Parts: sequence; structure tokens; C-alpha cells
Amino acid sequence: MMFVPGNNPGMMADAHIYGPDSIMLDLEDSVTMAEKDAARLLVYNALKSIDYGNTEMVVRINPLSTPYGRKDVEAVVKAGVDVIRMPKTETAAEVRELEAEILKVEEEIGAVGRTQIMAAIESALGIVNAYEIATASKRMMGIALGAEDYSANLKTNRTPGGAELLLARETIVVAARAAGIACFDTVYSNLDDMETFRKEVELIKTLGFDGKSIINPRQIEVVNSVFVPTEKEINKARAVIAGIKEAKAKGSGVISVNGKMVDRPVVIRAERTIALAVAAGVISEEEAL
Amino acid sequence: MKEATAGTLESGDILIQIAPSKGLEIELQSSVEAQFGRQIREVIGETLAGLGIKDAYVRAVDKGALDCTIRARVTAAAVRATGEDVWKD
Amino acid sequence: MRNSKVVTLEEAIRRSGLKDGMTISFHHHFRGGDKVVNMVVDKLAEMGFKNLHLAASSLSDVHAPLIEHIKNGVITRISTSGLRGTLADAISHGLMDEPVIFRSHGGRGSAIATGELKIDVAFLGASACDELGNACGVPRSENAKSICGSLGYALPDARYASHVVVLTDDLVAYPNLSAGIRAADVESVVVVDSVGDSSKISAGAIRDSKNPRDILLAKSAAKVVINSGYFQDGFSIQTGTGGASLAVVKYIREEMINRGIKASFALGGITAHMVKLHEEGLIGRLIDVQSFDKVAAESIGKDPSHVEVSSVEYASGQHTGSATHALDIVILSALEVDINFNVNVLVGSDGVIRGAIGGHQDTAADSALSIIVCPLLRGRIPCVVPKVTTLITPGKSVDVVVTEYGIAVNPARPEVAEKLRAAGLKLVDIKDLAAKAESVIGKPDALPFGDKVVGVVMNRDGSVLDKIYNIK
Repeated sequence: MMFVPGNNPGMMADAHIYGPDSIMLDLEDSVTMAEKDAARLLVYNALKSIDYGNTEMVVRINPLSTPYGRKDVEAVVKAGVDVIRMPKTETAAEVRELEAEILKVEEEIGAVGRTQIMAAIESALGIVNAYEIATASKRMMGIALGAEDYSANLKTNRTPGGAELLLARETIVVAARAAGIACFDTVYSNLDDMETFRKEVELIKTLGFDGKSIINPRQIEVVNSVFVPTEKEINKARAVIAGIKEAKAKGSGVISVNGKMVDRPVVIRAERTIALAVAAGVISEEEAL
Repeated sequence: MKEATAGTLESGDILIQIAPSKGLEIELQSSVEAQFGRQIREVIGETLAGLGIKDAYVRAVDKGALDCTIRARVTAAAVRATGEDVWKD
Repeated sequence: MRNSKVVTLEEAIRRSGLKDGMTISFHHHFRGGDKVVNMVVDKLAEMGFKNLHLAASSLSDVHAPLIEHIKNGVITRISTSGLRGTLADAISHGLMDEPVIFRSHGGRGSAIATGELKIDVAFLGASACDELGNACGVPRSENAKSICGSLGYALPDARYASHVVVLTDDLVAYPNLSAGIRAADVESVVVVDSVGDSSKISAGAIRDSKNPRDILLAKSAAKVVINSGYFQDGFSIQTGTGGASLAVVKYIREEMINRGIKASFALGGITAHMVKLHEEGLIGRLIDVQSFDKVAAESIGKDPSHVEVSSVEYASGQHTGSATHALDIVILSALEVDINFNVNVLVGSDGVIRGAIGGHQDTAADSALSIIVCPLLRGRIPCVVPKVTTLITPGKSVDVVVTEYGIAVNPARPEVAEKLRAAGLKLVDIKDLAAKAESVIGKPDALPFGDKVVGVVMNRDGSVLDKIYNIK
């Protein structure tokens, strides 16, 4: 998941060419208060106009407790975003509040159920409530760690080894697995230290995370090389893609695998798995077809 | 309407300054004037029309912005100038 | 010294027999730091010459003062490989009555050798020269003030011009040998304060990049090279000067080490990147027509397997012995590529001249595999287009186009496409790239060209490829 500042049109225009699984356009920390309105409009227009291919599109909104949060929800739901990332999530009640807000906009435009939620957990209270947050909404597709705020909240600092994050990381993985959703690790911001970055990616893969948040395209190659898909993942992805072909052949818009209906994010992830496997040389392009 | 600005001079962006005026006047300076000047003016005009603004002086400095960016920046400048947001409060 | 050829610039010009209407020539090895062109043309203007034909190997931003000399009739014709900056802008807007003649480096060398481009007086800057005219681009004394490395583009001028004047900022004791420019070809030697600012030889076209898009392009291009079938022990390679094509070298190097492959030679404009690979033993020889930075310029002065070649030996289409004929892989940049693989490296998409043919035509035509690396979009400017603004390198000599939105292989090279596909690379149709560009940025309006011809693009065989019209 690649973070892209929401007020930078140059970076937003072609962020997908680097091949991240998902792009997170940010309306929160990377945008100053004076530019919140302009960034919201920029993200709205970009989502509506730019063809990001099969990249999953995420927008990090401002908290609903700020004057910007509700407008952010309205803008990005209307623009058809795949996932809303909720920052600084501490309780299940906050998630339900966001869910209600999303539903209101979806009902207005006649697209109920389209928008998923990802909750970023960035405080001790959030970690304590991780499972409740993970299960607060059927829209919840995943939970993520925001380590900068979290370590400040713990009254400690981030270290290269990440000892201070261990409990939070394990808690998030366990909560996500128990809830049957995905989990994503925090960013690593020193672009000049690719070695430490690689170690961190290896660590979080071992812990069970599904992916890593990144701040620069240069980090993608490292993440992809660590997260080479397993045979099981490849077979599962193939089944989904076979389902798509079958649906197309039947002229049906509904895709099902083993009798279960699958939605767009699942399809996106299946295509990504195959692409990653090809890129890593695990399977050839012909085998992917 | 009061004077307002939105956007930046960074590559891929457009800086829009909007001010009260009689009729619509667009002054454009663009790095792609020859190929896209006409279209950029059109997008600015259409975006303002969509917001119900017929009278404005617009000064635009374009650094190769895409149409979606131009729409966003013109809308942001107009919202700031009129105080009427396009999103509900 | 007896028979010394050292005179003042004015005396050298007087002795040369230069007359109004004649052709004078210059090299561009100091690139943006060149001081010779402006100095000499100022002097010619002061001496009252008119109607001269200036035949330079290339011209850049620093030559803006020529605008005045064109306006007052001192210079009425120009031949060059490239034009940049305000001079290019003024010429694009119709400054001159006669169109500028653009030739590739190999094309210029051939034209001089065959007499098609006859040079009356060559004014050639050198970093070291003795009193008889043995001259080179590398320092030969402690007093040296400049360095430009190879004098490759000046060598045909020295050999074929009717009269040769060497300008130097370091007159050294005879014999300054070995030297690319030999005393037998030189009539006069002029000592000046400075022939060029060496710190600027890597300015202009060359950028080293941390830009993620350049890195993405470079990695894709490296994959093409490595899987093309030509990446075998003893291969040869040339790279252009764009940020991405320079970065390719870095990734190719890693793979050469992994597979234990070595290159027999690197050709063309030589950079610090290539010198590094050579010094590591990964490239046997460096064949240098132009040193693109100080590291390369210093290397050619001390390393016997880093050799200077003339533009004729480098890239002449007429001489089957020229080095491009032995070249396997060339990586080039482009301002525009069209759906027929034609390339433009000279005229911007705003219709203003802003580049140089350089060795583009020559290396693309003669190499076994030519790879163009360019972004699909530069801001709102498309680089893959339905038709190039100006035709510089015909599509039949272009094999692969690498963009950030995909790799396209010329349908004339199905065996290359097959190899790349087998290696897992995803190929796209170049028409789809052009369509993608248009879907993102829209369809550009036609450029407001006038009907005055301001430039003529020559093919390397001496035929006319395209004409450039004035822009309004």
C-alpha cells in the first residue's frame, strides 16, 4: 500500500505505474489545515478521472471528530473509492459512526455497500480494542498499524529493531485473523536505509501481516521480493480468475468461486497475486493465463 | 465573491486565482499553451459554469496539469471565493 | 622555436584566406562551457566578415550571442547536429532566411570526408597544443586550464578543412604526442585565456537521477537488454545521455557480475559509469568520440584501452569499418516516438527546436538492437504519439520502445519480442501506448507552424529526411 499525499497532483497522476497493490491517497497528516478543502477536491476528481487500472484505491480521511471528516466521506464515496482508511481508530463505536456516514452517502447515490473500511490503529487504546474494531463492521476489510503516533502514545521511540512495536503488531495480526480480515504494517520512512527496511519487511511477513505500507515507489521492489506468493495463494487466485472467465462466458456479472460470490477487491487481489508470482518468476506468463 | 487562490506552481499542478468581475475573463499562462491552451480554457469555463459562476476574472498559471486537476483547482478557488462549499457541512 | 605557428587570432584569420561566404567550423566538446565559437565569431564580426556559413558539430544555450551575428549578417547559414536555448528558439521563430542543416554525428563526418560539406577554415579548441599544432583534449602540463577528453568531432575538420586554426589555453613544448589533431594538418596556433569551462561538459543533456520514474524505466530497459539474446559474453553497448538510459548501466552491471559476462567495448559518448565498469574489468575497451564528464575525460588521457575516435570512425554510414557497425546494443532517449517507431529527438512537442540528432540515427541504424527509453508522458506532454513532429530516426531502425506504461517491440523484430515474452516481460502494442497517452492527457491541438522552412533534417546517407517549419 503506497501512501501518496492528497494535495500533490503530479504524484497522484501516475502512482500506479510502479505497481503497488493499493494506493492510499492521503487527506490527513500530509495535508495542511489550509489545504484540506483543495486536497479533497483533488482526490475526488482524480478518483473519478484517472484510470488506476486494477490498483485498489484507498483514501485516508480526516477523523470524523474534525470539521473535515464528514465532507471527506461524502467526496470519496461519491467518487467511488474502494476503501476508506479511518485514522486513529480507538473504539468500535467510531467505526460504526463512520459506517453510518458512508451508508448515508451511498443511499443518496444508490450504491449501498460499495465502500469498504480499513481502520488504522495508532494508540494503546486502539490496540486494546483491536478485535472489537476488527469486527465492528462487515465493511471492515483490514486493520493497519500507525506506528509513529502509537510509539509516541506509548512514550517511547521507534527503533530499527522495532521491539517497541512487537505487541501492537502481534495484536493486530491476531485480531485480524480472528476476525477473518487483512492486516497491514506501518511505514518505514528512511529511504536511504533499504537494508533495515528489508529486515522490517521480513519480520512483519513472519509475524503474519498481509502487506506493508510504503512511502516511495523505490520500496516496492523490496516488499514484492519478500512477499512472493505461496503455491496455495497462487492456486486460490487461479480459482478466482477461472471464476471470472466462467462468468464472462455466461455473460453474467456475478463472479462465484466454489459457489461463493466474490467481490471486486477479491478479484483485484487475485490478479495481483498472479502478477506478483509472474514478477518473482514463480510462474511464467503462459501459466498465468 | 472575494479574491481567492488555489493550487501550486509545482509540475503537474495549476495555480488558479479568481476575482470578482463583469463577464468571464480567463488569462492563461501554460507550459503547454500551443497544444492544450484552448482545452484548458474550456475546462476552466465549464467548471465555473457548472458552479453557476458567470462573472469572474481568472488568472491561471499551468504547469502541465491534467483536466481533473484543473477542475479540482478551479472548484477549490471558486469555493474559497464564494464561501459556498460543494460538500454538505 | 623555428617554424612556430603561434600567432594572434586576428593574424590566424588573415592568414587563413577566409572570405565572405565561406564555411567555418567548430567542435562542441566543451558543450555548455564552450568559449571558442563566440570568441571567434566576435572577432570575425569585428574584422568585417559577412555571409559566413557556420558548420559546428553542435550548438547549445551558450551560443545565444550568435543571434546578434545572424541579425547583422555575419552568419547567414548554419549546419549543426543540434540547437538549444534562446538561439534555437529564435531560429524556430524564423530568425534566419536560410534553413539550418541538421546532420547526425556520423552524417557530418561522412559529409566532410566526401566533400559534401566543404570546410574552408576550422577553428578547433584544444586543452593542450604545441607550437606546431599537435593538439589534444587532455592536460599535458601543470599549467593546463581545461580538459574535454576526446576530440572525436573535431578530427574530420582537422583532416579535411582547407585551413586549420587550433586555439589552446595551454601551449606546451613540442612534441605534444600522441595527439588526435596532428601538426601536419594545422596551419596556425592561437593561444587564448580559455577555450572552455570544463565544469560544464556534463551540463545540458546529462542528468543522473533518483527520480522513481527514471529508475522504473531503467530497470525495464535493463530487463530488455538482459533478455534480448544479445546479452552474451563479448557483447558491445552504447548508452545515450538521458537520466534513465544512464541508470540502465547500473542494473546491467549487476547482471554482468551475476552471470560472469563481460563486454568487449562500450562506444560513443563515454560517461563515468562506463569508465567504472571498464576499470572493474567488465568492459574491455572504451571507444570514445565524446567524453561526457570529467571522469571520462581524465580516463582517456591516461588509459591506453580508452581510445579516441573521429566521428567518421565512430558512426559513418558510408564507411563499413565504422564502430557502429560492430555495435550490439544501443540505448537511446527520445522526445517523441510514433506508432511507426519513428523517433524525434530534435523538435519539442511545442514545435520549438530543443535537442540534437547526435548519434541517434547512426547507432539506431547500425546496431543489432536499438532500445528507446522514454516516459509515455512528461507532465502533459505525450512522448508516444500518432506521428512525430519531426522525423529524425526512421522507425525501421528502432527495435524496442520502453515506457513506464509498457514495452513495445517493433513488429519487424518478432524474434526479439519472442525472447522478451519468454522471459516473462509483458509487451504492449505501440498503438495502445499512444492511445493510453491520449486517454490521460487528451488530444493535443495542432501546432501553429508557418510556411517558412527553418531547418532541414538530413539522413546519414545525405538525403533529406524532413523539414522543420517556423513556429508562430
